[in-house]
Amino acid sequence: MVGLEHYLILAAVLFAIGLYGALAKRNAIIILMSIELMLNAVNIAMVAFSRYIVPLQLTGQIFAIFVMVVAAAEVAVGLAIIIAIYRHRKTIDATKIDLMKW
Amino acid sequence: MGLDVAFWILAVVGVAAALAVVLLGDVFRAALSLVLCFLAVAGIYITLSADFLAVVQILVYVGAISVLIILAIMLTREVQRGSPSNRLRIPAFLVAALFLGGIVYALVNTNWQISSAPPLEPTTPAIAGLLFGEGGFILPVEIAPILLLAAIIGAIVLVREK
Repeated sequence: MVGLEHYLILAAVLFAIGLYGALAKRNAIIILMSIELMLNAVNIAMVAFSRYIVPLQLTGQIFAIFVMVVAAAEVAVGLAIIIAIYRHRKTIDATKIDLMKW
Repeated sequence: MGLDVAFWILAVVGVAAALAVVLLGDVFRAALSLVLCFLAVAGIYITLSADFLAVVQILVYVGAISVLIILAIMLTREVQRGSPSNRLRIPAFLVAALFLGGIVYALVNTNWQISSAPPLEPTTPAIAGLLFGEGGFILPVEIAPILLLAAIIGAIVLVREK
């Protein structure tokens, strides 16, 4: 019988994969995709809490909707920044974008 | 019983697609497996009887965000260089594994107070009532379009030719 723990462990696995991708990748677009994976994992956890702990209140689903709004805004601005950087420096390798490194 | 089978299939597909996103060398294939992962997450929402959220997931993530990402991949022409790892690959793997271990340990040892009430179906009227109704989330609903407007204007300003 699949229960709350199964969904939470699935969310944790997806979050850990996204965390690895965000930390270990050089391509800025792949880093952004990993962040999207992490946001999706958090959404799964919140919908699972909403379903199993308070099934009649739906608060977790509302939170998930707002996470989606923020994710959409984040991906638009993030990709715009990546394209602007690509125009100036001809690369989106995150290890070479170090203008602000002291 | 059917829900269990659906959960396991979707979980395996979702995790495999997520692994493909971080492990594949081809950026474009990574983006396509990200789409598959989003679809699996939408199916997971359906098994949690969150029907409205599953449709929103497909519309927003599969429909819009993945198109944006694929467009950015094409605009930056970084496909030939692939998706290499940086020097921190092994520490990053250790951090992710430690994080996963900690979370799973905490989850398994927590005594969740699971409610036995059946899930609300359909969820759309209830979500509408919570978002727009009395004593609901109307203030965040009003703030969200401001955030989206700021993001759109910011994106236009950033990519505009000088």
